[in-house]
Amino acid sequence: MSSFWHEFVSLDLPPILTALFSSLSCALIGNYLVLRRQSLMGDAISHAVLPGIVLAFLISGTRSSFAVFIGASIAGICSALLIEVIRKIGQVETGASMGVVFSIFFALGVLLMEQAAANNIDLDADCLLHGQLETIFWLPPQNVFEILRLSTLSQLPNEVFVSVAVFVFISIFIILFYKELKLFSFDEALAKTLGFNPSVLYYVFISLTAFSVVAAFKAVGSILVIAMIICPATTARLFTDKLKTQILLSMFFTIIATIAGYVCGAFMPIWLGFENSINTAGMISVISGLLLLMSVFLAPRYGILAQKISRHRLQLQVIREDILGLIYRVEETKKGITKDEIVKTLRKFSSDYFIKNAYSSLLKNGLISERNDTVILTEAGNIGAVPLLRKHRLWETYLVNRVGLNPDHVHNTAEALEHYTDQELTEKLQERVKNPETDPHGKKIP
Amino acid sequence: MNDAAQSLTDVSFQMPSLHEVIKVLTLQAGYNSALVIGGTTMLGLAAGIVGTFTLLRKRALMSDALAHCSLPGLVLAFIFSFFLNLNEKNIYVLLLGASLSGIIGVYLIDQLVRHTRVKEDAAIGVVLSVFFGAGISLLSIVQSLNTGRAGGINHFIYGQTAAMNQHDAVLTLIVTLLTLVAAILLLKEFRLVCFDSEFATVQGWNVQRIDLIMMLLVIVTTMIGLQAVGIILIIALIVIPPTAARFWSEKFDRITIISGSFGALSCYFGATLSTLFPRMPAGSVIVLTAGLFFVISFLFAPERGVFATSMRFLHLRTRISIDHFLRSIFEQIELKFGAKEDSYELSKTEVNSAAPKQFFLRKLVFILLAKNKFLTKNNNDYILTVKGFKRAYELTRNHRLWEEYLTQYGDIATSHVDYSADMVEHVLSHEIVKQIEDSLRAKGKIPRALPQSLHPLRET
Repeated sequence: MSSFWHEFVSLDLPPILTALFSSLSCALIGNYLVLRRQSLMGDAISHAVLPGIVLAFLISGTRSSFAVFIGASIAGICSALLIEVIRKIGQVETGASMGVVFSIFFALGVLLMEQAAANNIDLDADCLLHGQLETIFWLPPQNVFEILRLSTLSQLPNEVFVSVAVFVFISIFIILFYKELKLFSFDEALAKTLGFNPSVLYYVFISLTAFSVVAAFKAVGSILVIAMIICPATTARLFTDKLKTQILLSMFFTIIATIAGYVCGAFMPIWLGFENSINTAGMISVISGLLLLMSVFLAPRYGILAQKISRHRLQLQVIREDILGLIYRVEETKKGITKDEIVKTLRKFSSDYFIKNAYSSLLKNGLISERNDTVILTEAGNIGAVPLLRKHRLWETYLVNRVGLNPDHVHNTAEALEHYTDQELTEKLQERVKNPETDPHGKKIP
Repeated sequence: MNDAAQSLTDVSFQMPSLHEVIKVLTLQAGYNSALVIGGTTMLGLAAGIVGTFTLLRKRALMSDALAHCSLPGLVLAFIFSFFLNLNEKNIYVLLLGASLSGIIGVYLIDQLVRHTRVKEDAAIGVVLSVFFGAGISLLSIVQSLNTGRAGGINHFIYGQTAAMNQHDAVLTLIVTLLTLVAAILLLKEFRLVCFDSEFATVQGWNVQRIDLIMMLLVIVTTMIGLQAVGIILIIALIVIPPTAARFWSEKFDRITIISGSFGALSCYFGATLSTLFPRMPAGSVIVLTAGLFFVISFLFAPERGVFATSMRFLHLRTRISIDHFLRSIFEQIELKFGAKEDSYELSKTEVNSAAPKQFFLRKLVFILLAKNKFLTKNNNDYILTVKGFKRAYELTRNHRLWEEYLTQYGDIATSHVDYSADMVEHVLSHEIVKQIEDSLRAKGKIPRALPQSLHPLRET
């Protein structure tokens, strides 16, 4: 094995695996937290575990990760319960309740840490916030085949096993209670009426959140935990309305963000000629943020670009219909209209840009044609304009006869409604106004 | 017990004398401690006031986002001044950087909520974690620059209150005065927007501009607080005092004043404690003092505290149980003797079957019945006094009037009205009873002194 790969397997693979599986656990939980609008719970819990960790150190006197894990879990679950108690009993807004609880816990942690420092127990708070991914390494043998042996693999750093175990545990929980969790995220009231108690599930779920946060943040730091709970799920939510797709997508984004983030943090600076690498946990959260930013613009249905395009299309469609209607009305009075007059008339509804675009698309599709200066409807254009005028005048009749509006006031409403009326609604409308010959202004309904 | 825990318990320090305590509290224990206590107290006052606005605008975690988002700007400003050979701790450059990235973060949150389907909590979380992550990554670059001064930035994360100098104190004073002036001048506007922003819009106020002013105050206070107590703990100063104050009042002005006082007092006492005892970082002690204010308010505040609320609930529950007791006794009497005003002897079984089942409630009901002289005890039997009878009569009458009313006006079947009347009878005031009588009279159902029960009474 070349020295590069050996270095990679010993120095980079363990942190990547740890980061990946910790992030995946957080992302799984995050899907539900984001849906329940409790995504800041991860933020609160990961700050609130500090006193638990310090106390575990002080009481056990060791840095054993088991003691720390227990201490942090207890503090995390306590904070989650307290947040809920204060929110419910004190009728305090969720955000405020979280802010109160986690900042008090954190302050207690800092105070305890100061006491611990006096006892020569060195606890680095930076590690808790920033993560210590860089310190996870492995010394495998040189030979590739020996690496793949079970006895060698079992010497992988503890953090790797913990993160994989937590991920498996959470996946099993979610698969087993998929239906219940879904119900409880989308419609708590329905869950109640269907006869299962959402508050029990809530406390189980919150404990699980605390558990996965604690398991993850020792390796990757609290900031990456928060990022991974919220970012992938939010990104996935921009792509789909289905929970299953959302979960799978969020895992996909997590994998991309973790690997890309690690590469950007650990290798990129060195490739670019700098001496030191950058904090990888921070970079992973930055990449997951960039993924979200990209999706905000590019997601197919809920993305800003997609919505802009569909709004643009709709507006173009409306203007096209308006132009057809306008020409039809003018031709009814046996007069003609020029292109400039069309633009001038429709200017109050839209910009010149849209009107000209719509005009040229009508021309191109052969719905209108220009004869000398005047614009006339072609046969196809006529066929397009008739139903439109029909809808417009039916609406006017309906608004006057049924709703009781003044005939002078109905034009603009009908103008807006005509574009959104389909065949079925038109027939209903026709029934309601009893198939009249003319509209309230005395014009013929085609 | 092992070593670490052992040494924790026998960490010894000198208990300060009363003289010392008074000296610190009156700011006479030296220039530095006076500066720190005075400076933080002002900070607490400002944070408490602006915190009220964010809490009531339902943006309690805005300061959370703001504080976290300031990190990348802070570090960039640090790197910037390092390369320009400015003094790396030039506080204005650092604060400018921090404020800028904080504002960008808050702006992004706003845009995310407005233009995408991302909900507010997720938007805050996303921006907060990504900005902070970027800050951490930048920080690791600073550490590799070998400036030897990267520790200066760490103070912004955890705060270093004890290092507050004259310069910082003056800055804090200016911000506090600014906040106070703004709060007093714009009190009416802030109140309106905090409680009903839609109404404010309809009234013609520019809600966005008022929000912006509030937000600016929050930003300025957060940034000044960053260097004093650190990123996490400034959040505490902005969130805890107003949340605690909210338990004491429903009035905006009072909440603001109480919140400001809580903030100032927690800083004053917290900083004092940290001066008097060793190994007490001021930031945490201040937050824990604020936490104490919160716990006291949460439990004992007379307006919305847990204790007061449950007392009120218990009171109502007892009153309802007494009403039910009296009516049930009355109906027994009515079945046996008719409704003649008199005192009646009751057997123990009759009384027991009408009283509530829960032990504590039952005791309370009997105590209050005796205290109001509704029921007296005579050897082993009970006597319903004339006063008790009158009250029972009135209750039963209200109950039946309501039943009558529901069947006449609510078109509800006679078999279904008992439950509703059970709920309502306790809260019928004289005016409402009179109105019901009037409307029944209009229907030609002139209520007799006591209407017949609409459903059969059960004998116990």
